[in-house]
Amino acid sequence: MKVLRFILQKEFRQIFRDKSILVMMFAMPMIQLVVLPLAMDFDIKSINLSIVDNDHSSYSQKLVSKISSSGYFNIISVDPNYQQAIKHIEKEEADVVMEIPPNFERNLVRAGKQQLSVYADAINGTKAGIGSGYLNMVIADFNNEVDFNIQKINANNTNQGGAIEIRQRSWFNPLEEYKFNIVPAVLVLLLTLIGGFMTTLNIVREKEIGTIEQINVTPIKKWQFISGKLIPFWIIGMIIFTVGLGVCSFVYDIYPKGSLWLLYAFAFIYLIAVLGLGLLISTYSDNQVQAMFVAFFFMMIFMLMSGFFTATDSMPHWARVFSNLTPVTHFVKVVRMIILKSSGFSDVKMEFLYLIGFAGLLNGWAIWNYKKTS
Amino acid sequence: MDQEKVIICKNLTKRFGDFTAVNEISFDITKGEIFGFLGANGAGKTTAMRILCGLSFPTSGEATVAGYDVYKQQEQIKKNIGYMSQKFSLYENLTILENIEFFGGVYGLERKEIKRRTEKLIDTLGLQKEAKKMVGELPLGWKQKLAFSVAIFHQPKIVFLDEPTGGVDPVTRRQFWDMIYEAAASGITIFVTTHYMDEAEYCNRISVMVDGKVEALDSPRNLKEKHQVTTMDEVFYLLARGAKRSDN
Ligand SMILES: Nc1ncnc2c1ncn2[C@@H]1O[C@H](COP(=O)(O)OP(=O)(O)O)[C@@H](O)[C@H]1O
Ligand SMILES: [Mg+2]
Repeated sequence: MKVLRFILQKEFRQIFRDKSILVMMFAMPMIQLVVLPLAMDFDIKSINLSIVDNDHSSYSQKLVSKISSSGYFNIISVDPNYQQAIKHIEKEEADVVMEIPPNFERNLVRAGKQQLSVYADAINGTKAGIGSGYLNMVIADFNNEVDFNIQKINANNTNQGGAIEIRQRSWFNPLEEYKFNIVPAVLVLLLTLIGGFMTTLNIVREKEIGTIEQINVTPIKKWQFISGKLIPFWIIGMIIFTVGLGVCSFVYDIYPKGSLWLLYAFAFIYLIAVLGLGLLISTYSDNQVQAMFVAFFFMMIFMLMSGFFTATDSMPHWARVFSNLTPVTHFVKVVRMIILKSSGFSDVKMEFLYLIGFAGLLNGWAIWNYKKTS
Repeated sequence: MDQEKVIICKNLTKRFGDFTAVNEISFDITKGEIFGFLGANGAGKTTAMRILCGLSFPTSGEATVAGYDVYKQQEQIKKNIGYMSQKFSLYENLTILENIEFFGGVYGLERKEIKRRTEKLIDTLGLQKEAKKMVGELPLGWKQKLAFSVAIFHQPKIVFLDEPTGGVDPVTRRQFWDMIYEAAASGITIFVTTHYMDEAEYCNRISVMVDGKVEALDSPRNLKEKHQVTTMDEVFYLLARGAKRSDN
């Protein structure tokens, strides 16, 4: 332990001496966390919408005007039928088509129930997804108003209120604002980048400069050297995670609904797992270019396969198996579950075990593959 | 006890693929000796030295350093040696004091002891003003002296120096050799590679390596007598003129 303290002292000195890296480590994540979701927000405000109104009633008019005044939509056309409306999607003029069925108002007042169809462009899926998400919210809002009116009309009737049910064709995350999904995921992305790149580059730089030879010729133990590299970045990662959670609550009003302890326990293990990956890459690379390339390759795969950009549910079977093999998938899932749904430990026990497994495997492999004698 | 062998090397060989970098070299080195390991660039000096330091596995042959086997007991060897590599490898973005503290600590010295020895060392080197400067800012000669001082800071039994005076001016080289003598006097065995022939004269015994093989091994005086010349330069020329290998 005494030796480890000397090693940590040296690592911290070096990390804090390099101001540019320090700024990169703290400023870049914050910028990403603030800018990325805002950039998404910009898209949301210009969703192109085509409407098919088969009812022409005062309720359908109200719904359309509510949608147009929400500020998120550009109503590019009101078409007489679905076939014409869908052409706008084919020509990439519209992102979303909403169809109001005939007898919309009548059914709503009489039966208290009516279906609406929303068709989203699957090619520009993200934008259309956000669009239909917002449409949902506007409709839900409208629903409440209608509900209120109908309740008045049917005052002496039963408590049955009017409800519009929305049928979805291509959908991603109903009823939730996009930011709720993207912000926790960006947080995960940050931890992954810090963990994956910083350690890798740090060790490989020692290889390049040649100082690792001076280390390898000392009686230092492998676990001491590796802990010396892991612990500082692990601490920095936890700080960034904390600051990131702060940004989530101040900027986005997203407060973890579940246990903060549980969230931290996961961040703790997850960081060890990605740091282990970084270490592993560094033991196989001779220079920073190689290391960057390999680390980047894994980051890309992780990001694409983790449910960060695409829902894992919509992946083919083999891809889902593969996706489950990456620690990021589990962490993204858990962070969303704990932050958005207040899931408890029993809900995420499997993920916890998975992550511990990854952490053990990756670090064990890294230690095994780090050779003081070649 | 004076005849205690601290390095024993028998038919030690290292191949990279089908290239034999070190070819069946054999020698014994006695405690307290200054052993010069001479050879042209590419002769295989660094490769042999890295094996003896436990940084690289030999392909065949035997060797023990400080009584420990180079195949199995590298970590034991490392506790007993100091190593100054050919490429400067202290941390340039740490100060002199921080480098000393780190390496002292890694070798298991107590903080108090490190402090005591550091003060003495800074005094001897006359680096009081520079002690808090980054090592990267020092001139090469001082860097080399510092690297040597760090290599013997934990008072190892043997210190391996790989071309410690490469590119350094003659005055500093002279001072460097004074430091080597001092270390030897304190009982540290010195294993030093060089291609400066005047430096060979400072060694108790030297070996001359040509194309991976040890071609001669004796005291400088005996070697000169044997080849009937007056300088080590001439000895080296006679032995190495047949060399095929050169990095330059
Ligand atoms: N890791 C290696 N792989 C392949 N060849 C090597 C390796 N290390 C050294 N060599 C070769 O072995 C020979 C001896 O190198 P070296 O021991 O560095 O020579 P010296 O230190 O005497 O200048 C050189 O030709 C060098 O190119
Ligand atoms: Mg060399």
